[in-house]
Amino acid sequence: MAMNSASEGFLTTRLDEIIGWARRNSLWPMPMGISCCAIEMMAFAGPRYDVARFGSEAFRFSPRQCDLMIVAGTVTYKMSHVVRKIYDQMPDPKWVIAMGACTSTGGMYRSYSVVQGIDQFIPVDVYVAGCPPRPDNLLKGLMEVQKKIARGEKPGQAEKVYITETA
Amino acid sequence: MTPDELRAQLTEKFGTLIESVTVYRGETTVVAAKTCIADLARFLRDDPACQFNSLRDVCGADYYRPGERYEVVYNLYSLPHKTRLRVKVRVGEDDLHVPTVSHVWAGANWAERETYDMFGIQFDGHPDLRRMYLPEEFEHYPLRKDFPLMGIPGSLPLPRK
Repeated sequence: MAMNSASEGFLTTRLDEIIGWARRNSLWPMPMGISCCAIEMMAFAGPRYDVARFGSEAFRFSPRQCDLMIVAGTVTYKMSHVVRKIYDQMPDPKWVIAMGACTSTGGMYRSYSVVQGIDQFIPVDVYVAGCPPRPDNLLKGLMEVQKKIARGEKPGQAEKVYITETA
Repeated sequence: MTPDELRAQLTEKFGTLIESVTVYRGETTVVAAKTCIADLARFLRDDPACQFNSLRDVCGADYYRPGERYEVVYNLYSLPHKTRLRVKVRVGEDDLHVPTVSHVWAGANWAERETYDMFGIQFDGHPDLRRMYLPEEFEHYPLRKDFPLMGIPGSLPLPRK
């Protein structure tokens, strides 16, 4: 963020930048924990990996208070309507992380009942690989969302970010 | 009760409606005509020597053959005697109706709904035969052998983007 401190006691900046700074350091996740990835999402929120370092410790169970949806798990066709409804209830600007293989591509569930990638019905900003991804990879995904906000990108429109699995 | 005693008892009571009683690797299987399944269920539950008071599961099987294509399999367990029994009935493609056993074992209610959901077998007399897992408006039965693995495009709608 470009800031100029004119003298002791105050500084000047652009309004967009200060709002972006506030937004990216207080992303409130909607824990859309559908299956086993949700366990790693809990580790990501817990004390060992500690997402509070990035300002996202306030998991909200009401979509109206969230601006980051972490879809963690296998989305079936029947569940897809619920995911979409919750996404629609979140206030703008809202971001989506597709966590894990199932969410991103259907994963090992190559089957009639599983949606082969949630980007078929909601816009995704960051894809995190893994089955399930390690919590530190999900932290990387969160940091990529923060970078997107810092660059002033619009949700769901800029280039997607793909977090690959670490060895 | 040994399998031989069971065979004798069932044949005495149900006659030709019992197709076979076989033992394979210590597992007893009864194949019966579907018309007698409700009476057979009640007998197996209430007879003091059987007491199969727990219905562990009801499932279907599709052998994809002419004639009696489907089977409905009932897995029973007797808590007093600690014995297991498998009961099978064969169902033809032209008549997908089997009498319900949900009034004998209440646990059959959801298990029969699941079998209906996956194979399209109708359980006559079931109190609430609706789909279990798939959406209500879905028109196919996915565990049938002629259902494609990736489903039928457009049969399960996605939300608008």
